[in-house]
Amino acid sequence: MSAQSLLLKEAAGPGQDLNAQALRADARRESLRLLALLAPSLFLVCAIIIVPIGWLFWLSLFDETGAFSAANYARFFEQASYIKTFITTFKVAFIVTGACVLLGYPLAYMLSQLPRRAASICLIFVILPFWTSVLVRTYAWLVILQRKGLINSWLIDLGVISQPLSLANNFSGVVIGMTHILLPFLVLPLYASMKTIDTDCLRAGMNLGAGPAATFRQIFFPLSLPGLASGVVIVFVLCLGFFVTPALMGGGKVVMWAMRMEQTTSLYSNWGAGAALGVVLLVVTLALLGLFQWLLGARATGVWSSR
Amino acid sequence: MSGDIGLPISHRQRLWLYGLGGLVLLFLIAPSIIIVIMSFSDSTLLQFPPQQWSLRWYQSYFQSLEWRDATIVSVKVAIMTALVATPLGTAAAYAINRGTLRFNGTINALLTASLIIPVILVGIGTFFLYARIGLNNTLTGLVIAHTVQALPLVVLTVLSGLRSYDMNQERVARSLGAGRIAAFWQVTMPQIRFSIVSGALFAFITSFDEVVVSLFISGGETTTLTRRMFNALRDQIDPTIAAISTCLIVLSVLLLSLAQIFGRRH
Repeated sequence: MSAQSLLLKEAAGPGQDLNAQALRADARRESLRLLALLAPSLFLVCAIIIVPIGWLFWLSLFDETGAFSAANYARFFEQASYIKTFITTFKVAFIVTGACVLLGYPLAYMLSQLPRRAASICLIFVILPFWTSVLVRTYAWLVILQRKGLINSWLIDLGVISQPLSLANNFSGVVIGMTHILLPFLVLPLYASMKTIDTDCLRAGMNLGAGPAATFRQIFFPLSLPGLASGVVIVFVLCLGFFVTPALMGGGKVVMWAMRMEQTTSLYSNWGAGAALGVVLLVVTLALLGLFQWLLGARATGVWSSR
Repeated sequence: MSGDIGLPISHRQRLWLYGLGGLVLLFLIAPSIIIVIMSFSDSTLLQFPPQQWSLRWYQSYFQSLEWRDATIVSVKVAIMTALVATPLGTAAAYAINRGTLRFNGTINALLTASLIIPVILVGIGTFFLYARIGLNNTLTGLVIAHTVQALPLVVLTVLSGLRSYDMNQERVARSLGAGRIAAFWQVTMPQIRFSIVSGALFAFITSFDEVVVSLFISGGETTTLTRRMFNALRDQIDPTIAAISTCLIVLSVLLLSLAQIFGRRH
């Protein structure tokens, strides 16, 4: 057998294996390189978010004496103050989400119908507050709504009321402030989804004799529902964990979930109880987002890319 | 004038819609405008429109050592956050964009986790961790925590830039002999640089405006502007905050217009 035929044999048989092996090794090396690019980010996220939360979860399983127990969770059903906090939180979340839908749907609808240029100018008014600090906007509402604030002094000057209305430092203040802050989170995904509705569908409806109202009700509105749903889920979830506005505008009377967490940990240093609150909040948040994703097959984080 | 969307509905029939939408836009923008105007008032009372104009609240902001220190801390932290989060986020976005990794979905979820996880929980968790490793009340601790908050925005912004870029260009450069880094730096980078700059701006503003985590992990000499504002607002309404708020609004407008300009060019 000559050397040449041996080489040929080699190329047909084991050589191909070698080639495939080299390709596989190359792909593996490539994966490792990509992982190396991801590693610093993943490390930071794990170290700052995942590990501490896991640790808090572990802590929540022990009572004050250090014994393993479900006392931190049982408390939620036993103590009236916790139940009240949950009821307040869900009440605020429902009202704020409802207000955002009532205000946000017409706005998004208008934006989607305006010519491109006009729409992008109007969008600035939605995006600008979105990027303004939550503190600044909460402060603005305090100035507007408080006892000696703008609304009260205007109404008194106009003679509409004689005693100032209590608008801030209570439930209504929290709702107004949070609605203002969370409205863009509903409008932006809703607008983005309305833009993708094919106007041919609407035109076809009108051609077939439907009036504007019927076209809207039977064609446009159902097609806009997925966008509306993603906005609603985002707003509702953000409401549940909202801290700044209720802490500053609730006047100490409106205790929401996140405030309760801050109080139990900072004020009473009861880490187990605070951690348990956090774990339940996280579970509820993830469950709502998961349910949404399962129902609509969409990722709720998509809203962030629309900013 | 119904030609824009081609529906036989005139703009006049829609006046009610424009009116309603306009009112909602007013609701969104009015508070910021009111604060900007009030910051130039001469009075300690909340009057609108102000009777007398002055810059006294700006003076009291710039002359107060406490406010000045807090502002410097916030600016430092925000710049460092942008400098750390941008390269990390860009590298991560590059890797995700390849889409060849087996756990791409999980990685994506991890990187965007801080958008979903309630920030109060992150604040308490970070405080708890930092208490063990001595990072509370330090600039390093703030930069790390803010970087984690800013990462998802950088990743999403750069990713959207990469999605509209044809990765084959980089392959061509490499087949012509360019090294991996040279190919990225000379071919890919110039074409996605506007997304990267937008990402950096978003990282800066995310850090600068961050309240909840800073409330837990900053204090003493590293008190951020937002933490000081939060505490001031808990006590009483000091018109100095109107001046500070106006500065923050102007900063947001500036950064957002920059991001828009860069975004459009891309």
